[in-house]
Amino acid sequence: MRQLIFAFCIGLLPFAANAVEPDEMLTDPVLEQRAREISKDLRCVVCQNQDIDSSNAGVARDLRLLVRERLVVGDSDAEVIEYIRARYGDYVLLKPPLEPATYALWFAPIAFVLIGVFVGGGLLMSRRKQEAFEDLGSEDENTVSEILRQNEAGDAS
Amino acid sequence: MKRLIAGLPFVAAVIFGGFFLWGLNPDRDPNEIPSVLISQPAPAFDLDPVPGLETPGLARSDLVSNERPVVVNVFASWCVPCRAEHAVLTRFVEREGMRLFGINYKDKPEDAVKWLNDLGNPYERIGSDLSGRTGIEWGLSGVPETFIVDSDGTVLFRYVGPVVGPDAVERFTQALKQAGALPNGAGS
Repeated sequence: MRQLIFAFCIGLLPFAANAVEPDEMLTDPVLEQRAREISKDLRCVVCQNQDIDSSNAGVARDLRLLVRERLVVGDSDAEVIEYIRARYGDYVLLKPPLEPATYALWFAPIAFVLIGVFVGGGLLMSRRKQEAFEDLGSEDENTVSEILRQNEAGDAS
Repeated sequence: MKRLIAGLPFVAAVIFGGFFLWGLNPDRDPNEIPSVLISQPAPAFDLDPVPGLETPGLARSDLVSNERPVVVNVFASWCVPCRAEHAVLTRFVEREGMRLFGINYKDKPEDAVKWLNDLGNPYERIGSDLSGRTGIEWGLSGVPETFIVDSDGTVLFRYVGPVVGPDAVERFTQALKQAGALPNGAGS
């Protein structure tokens, strides 16, 4: 049993492996940590739904090295991201920026929730209103009493 | 009010239906990455020649002040589609008078030399980009990629992947003609 658990743990090891190779890492742990955070927000342009921090593609490695190089030169996080963005466009950002072209992307979910609340709420309200007792109009009142009277007359005979 | 709510499913169906119709278009390539370089000045770079090759190196200054727009092709000997594309590009150079410059991307010089000796060398100049840094400047996502650069240094067109097959060649030819990269009278 113990061996089985051990084998299972060994089997999990590959999933913990990182794409970042030791020779890429910076000696300064603070800078390295910043590089890791930046890399997680940058899309690998080859394997398009992966961030460059976890991608083994050649371009991703080059971009990781570039990110670290810019950090060593003294760029701020935003400057590094801007540097990459200038070359690869908004597409390289995993979090799309908030700008007129992306308003639909950012606000559509909120809009849909609001529409849902509005429509759903409206339907519930109207249904509740139907349940409430409503006065019959005088015309309907007359028709109903007419029918009732006829029925009574029929019963009597 | 009730009529308005009753119409909502229809409106929603039209919106989603239109979206799906757009998504189902077989000509749409969801992997296509929009390029930021189009209509932008070509990036600055200065690459040494491939050692062992007589073709001179390539810098941004070689792309500007030409008579006509020129073509920059990023290639590598290890890239299999480049081999197929090589024949197409050579034909454009020889038959249509296209001017072709090359960036040899992350390639061992001896491999590149052998590759060009085997297949022929249609490139006027070739810069060796060993580090891949110039590739990043061009927003490269892989090889091959082909750019048309105007004589003022503006990038006019980008083709990702090999220019191989009738559709690709047709698109590329159109772009060349539109850019005026082919001399008058050449081609059909």
